[in-house]
Amino acid sequence: MTAKKDKKDRVLSVRDLNISFETASGTVRAIRGVRMDLFRGETIAIVGESGSGKSVTVKTIMGIMANNGKIESGRIDYTFTNEKGERETVDLTKLSQKEIRYRFNGKHIAMVFQDPMTSLDPTMIIGKQIMEGMILHEKLSKAAAKERAIDLLRKVGIENPEKRFHEYPHQLSGGMRQRVVIAIALACNPDILICDEPTTALDVTIQAKILELIKELQRETGVSVIYITHDLGVVAKVADYVDVMYAGRIVEKGSIDEIFYDPRHPYTWGLLASMPDTDTNSKRLFAIPGTPPNLLEKIDGDAFAPRNPFALAIDYKTEPPMFNVGGQHRVASWLCDPRAPKVEMPDQLKERMEKMRKENEGI
Amino acid sequence: MTQTEAREPLLHVENLKQHFRINRNYTTKAVDGISFDIYPGETYGLVGESGSGKSTTGRALIRLYTPTAGKIIFDGRDISGNMKPEDEEYLRTNMQMIFQDPMACLNPRKKVKEIIAQGLEIHHMYKDQADLDEKVNTILEKVGLSREHATRYPQQFSGGQRQRIGIARALVLNPKLVIADEAISALDVSIQAQVVNLMKDLQDELGTTYLFIAHDLSMVKYISDRIGVMHLGHLVETGTTDEIFKNPVHPYTKSLLSAIPKPNPRVEKSRIALTYDKKKEGVDYTAGTAHQLTETHQVLATDEEFERWIKDTSY
Repeated sequence: MTAKKDKKDRVLSVRDLNISFETASGTVRAIRGVRMDLFRGETIAIVGESGSGKSVTVKTIMGIMANNGKIESGRIDYTFTNEKGERETVDLTKLSQKEIRYRFNGKHIAMVFQDPMTSLDPTMIIGKQIMEGMILHEKLSKAAAKERAIDLLRKVGIENPEKRFHEYPHQLSGGMRQRVVIAIALACNPDILICDEPTTALDVTIQAKILELIKELQRETGVSVIYITHDLGVVAKVADYVDVMYAGRIVEKGSIDEIFYDPRHPYTWGLLASMPDTDTNSKRLFAIPGTPPNLLEKIDGDAFAPRNPFALAIDYKTEPPMFNVGGQHRVASWLCDPRAPKVEMPDQLKERMEKMRKENEGI
Repeated sequence: MTQTEAREPLLHVENLKQHFRINRNYTTKAVDGISFDIYPGETYGLVGESGSGKSTTGRALIRLYTPTAGKIIFDGRDISGNMKPEDEEYLRTNMQMIFQDPMACLNPRKKVKEIIAQGLEIHHMYKDQADLDEKVNTILEKVGLSREHATRYPQQFSGGQRQRIGIARALVLNPKLVIADEAISALDVSIQAQVVNLMKDLQDELGTTYLFIAHDLSMVKYISDRIGVMHLGHLVETGTTDEIFKNPVHPYTKSLLSAIPKPNPRVEKSRIALTYDKKKEGVDYTAGTAHQLTETHQVLATDEEFERWIKDTSY
């Protein structure tokens, strides 16, 4: 860690991460220079379409990257309190997957997956699945582990936990299963909780409940949360900071207010505008034209340029650096260069901004 | 839609039931007596949580299942029960479906051309090979693909493009009604808007009627003229989009509406979703009857429930 004293407690710092995958049809450059910081008790949301590299980033942190993946460069520094009670920082990219698995997964860094039906073992009662990690990592006795498991079940909002402890995953509804997965993830009091599309497989009515639960638990335990999602509604509800990813790069990052009320990157504009809200009256939805780039091919300049109606000539030649546009807001777009022409966001989005401003005055 | 009442419905569904017998003692009542009408040229949105029977309804209508009971009248022809051969022919050419998963619904061993032409071939709806190719190319261009794509295989396309192929396959027969079963939920956000715009454009151009089945309420609101809300196999409320969103009466509809995430962080952070528990509310769907609020707006309730719910609405 740097000598500079951070005011906030930094848990994770990712620097210039580059990851590629060897496939039969060539090398896929999935992550291209990702930089990210996570502080204690905070929530980051990584937003992007499929193939943008958001899942690869967190899978690398968890040490569960696919076998054909290779970390080209960069470091992931994880700071934690070790068994002796000392602060320790390790670079997760230097450790073997096995070592990460034994020392950190579950204990320090835990993950909630998208589909609770496939992430739970159908042949094991849920109580046992919650106890597993505690017995393995914390060497608790069975009785103590059981007590804590029941406690956890109660905490995640499952009624009658003593009875549910002995049930199998198929006896629970989708929302309850996801609650169990969250209980498993929190069993060893991790520092970081990674939620990979935690509500995508759930119904709208249950989605909000699960998100509220994670927020509630976060307040209690002070765990830092990384959300991966493509649903901006989820982001709006939970996140403190947002990283927008496109084609393996973070194209815009900032606090939630900066991203939602003052977006600067045309891709973020497109994402925000293409999601209708219940007051959208315009005849057509704003759609980002084209499809995401193929990362098998070498990308010259800005990866988003071919889909960007505001692309400048330089976008096709040189990749834009991260421009600092004030506060914690960083944007990788040449449009933020002082020499660039001024462009306006699409009309649909402008209307939305105006409406949000009015809504916020009411609060 | 204006003045839908005056017109003949394209599809009339009356007391449709679709039960699945699991064993001697247990039968799943996936759809348990629903009635609604769809008028020509409109989009009818069917919403509800998973397990509410909305997909089953779509599949029963296009007769992938044999309905347990009830009546389906499609363009004046009875298509429930045993169909007459000419009615079946009419149904198969005039009602089409777009499926949820564009990865799974296209045959990987067939070229795009063959996938799209299959319906035309089966129903002999072309004059000669040149006419067939022409029809395939026209529809491909209409959905935003080019004729070069016709000789490729499905796996050579992205998700959004595949869904376009699915739409082309459904529309090539020039059907009157297209059932879109969660047609956009498997797509990326930036692609969803493209596909929805395409479906709207095609509707303007061809006058196709859509039954749009989805759980994403903001998208349903955007595309639909009228909406039906389903829960546990019952159609609890139906009405025009405005009526449902401005004046929801049924508590389930209210809870669904309150669950829509809003892309405004300050509002969203303070939003608490309403919960709906059928048991706690003491609602018995089987005892309820359809109560008419306006000509288009109706809700499933018993008389007592109806009185109670209607108090805090503008009716």
